[in-house]
Amino acid sequence: MPKTIIPFGPQHPVLPEPLHFSLTVEDEIVQEAIPGFGYVHRGLEKLCEIKDIHKMIQVVERVCGICSKIHALCYCEGIEQMMGVEVPPRAKYLRTIWSELHRMHSHLLWLGLFADSFGFESLFYHFWRIREKILDINEKTAGNRIIVSVNILGGVKRDLSTEDQKWILAELKEIENKLEEVKDTLFKDYTISKRTKGKGILSAEEALYLGAVGPVLRASGVAQDCRQLQYAAFSELDFEPVIAQEGDSFARMQVRYFELFQSIDLIRQALSKIPEGPISVKVKGYPEGENVFRVEQPRGEVFYYFKANGSKFLDRLRIRTPTFANVPALAKMLTGIELADVPVVILSIDPCISCTER
Amino acid sequence: MKFIKRLLLTGIKKSPWLLHFDCGSCNGCDIETLAVLTPVYDAERFGVINVGNPKHADIFLVTGTVNRKNQEILNNLYLQIPEPKVILAVGTCALSGGIFAEAPNVIGGVDKIIPVDIYIPGCPPKPEAILEGVLKSVELLEDKVKNGKI
Repeated sequence: MPKTIIPFGPQHPVLPEPLHFSLTVEDEIVQEAIPGFGYVHRGLEKLCEIKDIHKMIQVVERVCGICSKIHALCYCEGIEQMMGVEVPPRAKYLRTIWSELHRMHSHLLWLGLFADSFGFESLFYHFWRIREKILDINEKTAGNRIIVSVNILGGVKRDLSTEDQKWILAELKEIENKLEEVKDTLFKDYTISKRTKGKGILSAEEALYLGAVGPVLRASGVAQDCRQLQYAAFSELDFEPVIAQEGDSFARMQVRYFELFQSIDLIRQALSKIPEGPISVKVKGYPEGENVFRVEQPRGEVFYYFKANGSKFLDRLRIRTPTFANVPALAKMLTGIELADVPVVILSIDPCISCTER
Repeated sequence: MKFIKRLLLTGIKKSPWLLHFDCGSCNGCDIETLAVLTPVYDAERFGVINVGNPKHADIFLVTGTVNRKNQEILNNLYLQIPEPKVILAVGTCALSGGIFAEAPNVIGGVDKIIPVDIYIPGCPPKPEAILEGVLKSVELLEDKVKNGKI
C-alpha cells in the first residue's frame, strides 16, 4: 500500500491540548512522525521586559497550569541565587511540601488521562476522584485549586498551621489507601497490559542520546532525578529515584505510579522535620549577571536561564521545559508502531504543550 | 418543521453535547473543564457529554488566548458546529488575553475571532462556575431553537 500522511490534531479527542503530528503511515504502521508546534505559543518569555522581577512570578506560574508552583519555585530560587538571598529554612520546607503536592496532582491527572487514552473510563474517573483531595488541600492551604501562588522572592506567602499539617497527614493516609486499591487493576488488568506493554520502547542509550528527561528517562532504567541537585529542602530529605527497566509505556506508568508514594513519603518527612521560624525575608535591590537553575517537574527537568542587568526588569529569561526535551524521544517512539497505539504512546510522555511552547 | 423543532428542543434540553478546544491556554482552565466532567462535579448528570467531533456539538467551550496560528483553527471549528450553537469563553485569557495580553504573539480574547455568548471569568474559574456557565448555555440554546435560529 502506498504511503499515506495522516494529520493528528491539533484538535483531537484524546489530547486536551492542541498538538499536531503529521504521521506518514504505510499499512497501519507509522513510518515517520513530524511534530508541528505553535498553537499555544504566547511569547511569555518576552514579558520579562515589561513586567518587573516580582510580577514575573505570576507569569511563570502560567507557563503551565499543571505544574505552576514548580515553575515559580525554579524562578524564585534562580533569582535568589543570583542575588545571594538566604531563604529561611521553614520557607524551604514549605516550598518542598507544596511542590510535592503538585507532583502528586499532576501524576494523578496523567494516570487518569492515560487510562482514558486506551478507553478505560472508569479508571480515569477513579484517579480524578483521588486527585480532588489534593486540590482540596491546595485550596485550603494556598487559596487556589490549580494555580497555587505561594512563592515570592525571599520565601513564601503562606504558612501551614499545626491543624493544617495534621489534616494534610490524615488526607495523605486516605489517598495512600485509595491508591493501593487501584494497584491491582493497574498492574494486573489484561486490557492495560495489552495496550501498554511493549508500546513505544525507548532503550537507556536512546533515551540518553535523545536527551529525554524525567519519568521517560527513569522508565528506561537511568536513575536521574533533578531533586538530587538538592534545591529547596531536598538536601535534608531522604529519597531514591524511582526507576523501571523496560522503557515502554507500561514502565512509564509504573514510574509515575510509584512516584506518588515517593511524594507522600517526602511530604511526611518534610512535615516531621519542618523547623519553626519566619517564612520570608525582605529582598532589596535587583539581580545582576547570568544564572541557570534546574528543578525536577512532574514531567522532568525544567531549565531556567536568567540574564539580568541590575534594573528591575530581566534582560532575558529562557525556559526549557521537560516536554520540549522529550519530543525527540517521542518522535523516535512513534516510528514503527501501529496507528491505533499513537494516542497511548503520545500520552505516555505526559505531553504538556503549553509548557513546550510557552 | 414544528415537529423537528420540538424534537430538537427535547434533545438539546436533555443532553447538550460539548466540544472543548484549548486555544492557547496554560492548561489550568482545561483541567478544570475536565474536572467538571468527572465524578465530583459530574456534569453528565445534566446530560453534558464531551465530544471530539465539532459536527456533533451544541456548546463550544473555548479556553485560552488566541494567537496567530490557532485563530484559523478556532474559526474552522466554529464554522463546523451546526446551528443552533452557544459559545462559552472560559477563563480570563479567553475573555481578554489576561496576563498574556501584552505578549508578542497574542491577539487577545476569543471574541476577536468568533462571537461569544457567555463569559466565565477566573484564573482558572472554579468548576462550579464552569458548570453554571454550561447550564446557562442550555437555556440560551433553548431560546435559540424557540426563536427559530436553526
